[in-house]
Amino acid sequence: MLEISNLYRQFNNRPVLKAISLRLEPGEYVAITGESGVGKSTLLNVIAGLNRPDRGRLALDGEDYAALGEEALTRLRRDKLGFVFQAFHILPHLTLRQNVTLPLWLKGQGGPWADRQAECLLDAVGLADRAESWPRELSGGEMQRVAIARALVHSPRLVLADEPTGNLDPTNAARVLRLLGERIRTAGSMGILVTHSPDAARSADRVLQLTPEGLRG
Amino acid sequence: MRLAPVFLGSLVRRRAATLLSFAAIVLGVALGMAVQAVNQAALAEFGRGLRTLSGVADLQVVGPRGGFDEALYARLAARPEVAQASPVLEVWTERIGSTDTLHVLGLDLFALGAVTPALWPQPAKLDGQSEREARFAALAENNLFLSAAAQTVLAVQPGDRLRVYAGTQPLELRVAGDLPGAAEDPQLAVMDIAAVQKHFARIGQLTRIDLRLVDGLDAQTARATLAPLLPAGVWLEAPQTAEGQAANLSRAYRVNLTLLAAMALVTGAFLVFSAQALSVVRRHTELAFLRAIGLARHQLFFWLLAEGALVGLLGSVVGVVLGHGLAFGLLKLLGGDLGAGFFAGLSPTLKFDLWASGIYVLLGVGAGVAGAWLPAREAASVAPAQALKASDDSALSQRRGYPGLGLILIVASAPLCVLPPILGLPIGGYLAIFGLLTGSVLWLPMLASGLARVVPLRGPVPVRLAAARLRAAPGMSAVAATGVLASVALVAAMAIMVSSLRDSVDVWLGQILPADLYLRAGRAQSGGVLSEALQVQLTDVSGVARVQFTRHDSLRLAPGQPPVALLARPVSSDGRELPLVGSARAVAEGETAVWISEALYDLRGWRPGDHVRLPLAGSEVQVRVAGIWRDYARQTGSLMLDLADYRRLTGDRSAQDAAIWLAPGADALGVAEALKAAGGSGALEVTVPGEIRARSLRIFDRTFAVTYVLEAAAVIIGLAGVAASFAALAAARRREFGLLRHLGLTRGQIGSLLALEGSLAAGIGIFGGLTVGGAIAWILIEVVNRQSFHWSMDLHVPWVSLLVFAGTLATLASLAAVLAGRQAMREDAVLAVREDW
Repeated sequence: MLEISNLYRQFNNRPVLKAISLRLEPGEYVAITGESGVGKSTLLNVIAGLNRPDRGRLALDGEDYAALGEEALTRLRRDKLGFVFQAFHILPHLTLRQNVTLPLWLKGQGGPWADRQAECLLDAVGLADRAESWPRELSGGEMQRVAIARALVHSPRLVLADEPTGNLDPTNAARVLRLLGERIRTAGSMGILVTHSPDAARSADRVLQLTPEGLRG
Repeated sequence: MRLAPVFLGSLVRRRAATLLSFAAIVLGVALGMAVQAVNQAALAEFGRGLRTLSGVADLQVVGPRGGFDEALYARLAARPEVAQASPVLEVWTERIGSTDTLHVLGLDLFALGAVTPALWPQPAKLDGQSEREARFAALAENNLFLSAAAQTVLAVQPGDRLRVYAGTQPLELRVAGDLPGAAEDPQLAVMDIAAVQKHFARIGQLTRIDLRLVDGLDAQTARATLAPLLPAGVWLEAPQTAEGQAANLSRAYRVNLTLLAAMALVTGAFLVFSAQALSVVRRHTELAFLRAIGLARHQLFFWLLAEGALVGLLGSVVGVVLGHGLAFGLLKLLGGDLGAGFFAGLSPTLKFDLWASGIYVLLGVGAGVAGAWLPAREAASVAPAQALKASDDSALSQRRGYPGLGLILIVASAPLCVLPPILGLPIGGYLAIFGLLTGSVLWLPMLASGLARVVPLRGPVPVRLAAARLRAAPGMSAVAATGVLASVALVAAMAIMVSSLRDSVDVWLGQILPADLYLRAGRAQSGGVLSEALQVQLTDVSGVARVQFTRHDSLRLAPGQPPVALLARPVSSDGRELPLVGSARAVAEGETAVWISEALYDLRGWRPGDHVRLPLAGSEVQVRVAGIWRDYARQTGSLMLDLADYRRLTGDRSAQDAAIWLAPGADALGVAEALKAAGGSGALEVTVPGEIRARSLRIFDRTFAVTYVLEAAAVIIGLAGVAASFAALAAARRREFGLLRHLGLTRGQIGSLLALEGSLAAGIGIFGGLTVGGAIAWILIEVVNRQSFHWSMDLHVPWVSLLVFAGTLATLASLAAVLAGRQAMREDAVLAVREDW
């Protein structure tokens, strides 16, 4: 379970996040929308442990990680979080299988088991036959599907997706969103989708709006 | 190691930059390895030759090159500490009608076997020789035994006759056999000692006595007991001392060459730095993503270092192999001393040294790691949340470098210059050079920012854009300029140092060769002398206005130290004929003046006005240092006495050289022929100063041939670095070029923009490189050369060459920038900006 309560964060004495509270149950997938500059990416970075909140509680499965040190936060991200970005961030010099296996490598898990896990996930996103292909051979939609496979391969508790369809055409965007939601629910993880797009937001179980005053349900 | 494909794979992705860093490290390691391997081979061969010559001797009695009284042999042989004494008279001679020289050892065959058995001569069975003649062949006064290698060089065999010079007279010897124990020395000959004394006019003289001590007596104890028996200037030394002296003599030259190779390696490290810095910038989102998904800061740092280390490892392994190949070629081409003249006549064999090779591999890895260190640190310190959003350009323009650290390194190099030599090596000077070079590279972004402030934002669009970019992102120019600065600094420093030395040597030659003709009694070191009668004859030759004779010898001032050259020739009381450093000190009536070279000032601490004691003709005499003169010919030091003083103190009236001034209107060629004829046998060699000067400068250029190769290598590496940097920058700016094309800029205008940016970056590197190069040249001249070779020189900057070089480099750098831009613009402009839509 993810519990965020009364979270504050400011930059250069300007409050960006104010009184943010959110509770997510396993298998739950929410979308956060909001105007540009309202702090959507900052909220995602704070939840990911990449930025620290100035105050407030931030707990995953009962463990408060708002005040953890850098090493512990790195471990948390490695073990419990998965990421999907707008710009894909697929490493160009790794094959698709290697890209998907990457989170397992970081956890010290390699070898045939890790390869099988990657193949399962690639199969799930419809790219099983492209496991040995290079990223340059893929379309944008295919790259984002690889990114989803990579975000889920290590069975994270929480998947954070930042505008995952921002670089995709409507058909591919719809396919990627459907896939992301399905995989999160199937795996029993929790998911947070940050997006501008009302269509994308509708793919989530519930939609929250980030305003200067906080999250509105 | 699971993450290896993530990082090391990126090296393959940026092949060009990786290959250039790799090539630079290959070059640096190969050059260093080659110098090391050649010198190791030469020293091993020199040591092997020395061990053959000294055999199982526990101690050797050595003295001046002119020799010492043989009565000492009888005194030492009778001592209870000595089990066996073997007297030796060494002379050098030359074959008549050729330039072949022979190292003739006069040995006592009855004492030889127990001390130096390897030199035992083996008579050949010659036709028409009686059994008695064969049995006593080694004692016959006209018989000579040659090593197999010498027989090959001279193309003679047992039974053949060999005509050599004995002094200035011809001497015919018969090759009576060989030296099976010393077959490989190409100049070695053995004769009976009495025959050498007689033929070479050295009756009653020895140059060495080899001693075997009685069982159970150590050399230290024996030395303490026997030393008081020795005359002044004669010392007891361990046989391996000469080996150590040879190693020391060539060490400074070798270390300097090795350090030049190390500079190539340092340039390689800067290229790794440049390539890694750009690579880290280009991969900043990739690296930030890795951090975001759980890669720890220290893991990122480690893996980025591993990238540099892998390039270093591969480069150094290939460099070690290439270095051995290069060493093989250098040995064949230039000999064991790389043309410097320390080990003439040796035929060294190359051997693979695992330890030395291992050290060079480590140095290569070290260069790779050092180059990757700062970019890795920067990458590991970036906050991933910001980096995920930032563009390549903004990441690059945010680079501010480490100007503070740079300034500290530059300032710290000043006190390092005043450190005294450590183990005879200018360690402080080398550290100062390293500090200056590294400090200036770290300070480069500040220089770029400074330049950016004065570049006007006016004129055609490409000019405005180039100026604006320099203002907005000086760090980008600094990265590209790093390789240029390092290589320009190295080249400028070497060019200024070599030019200063060459110019100083040229001036010096003019000062020490003021006469119209120079005459010497043969080429070999101690073979020929001009007797008193011959000196009179030479003075009386028609067309000769004035003759100045010079006597050469060598003195041993202290045990364990190499001999010091002694020159005796007419010197006026103020030393005006000499290339003096500083002013002369007047010497009181009745005192003897000695003029010392800079090496003696440095090595023995003698100062003008000091009273010092010299071993002359077996006694110690007190002389007064009247001044210091510049001597580029003798690295271990030299003394000059007025010829009249020398003759008064030693009674020796012979000479080896003569400087001859012609009478007005005399024909130089005619006089030269008449002088040669006065010698009778053709042993006298007469040359004009121009010939000696040309020959000396030829030797100088040959000695520095290796440094020219290193300079060329540095330029190529630097230029390659510029090309690689621009290629990387241009690739990172594909979208910018696409946008500019969309906005209406022609390909030509973008080409001009890139050429301007290339010139600006290269200009920053060249300006920095020339400034730092000048400072490094000063350190090379005043600290490194002074402490290594003990000679000073006058600063001479080859302005024209440096300006041509700088201009060419700037042009080539602009060309490299344009070519790199063209490569990046090959892609369609629409495709290039696609990612922004």
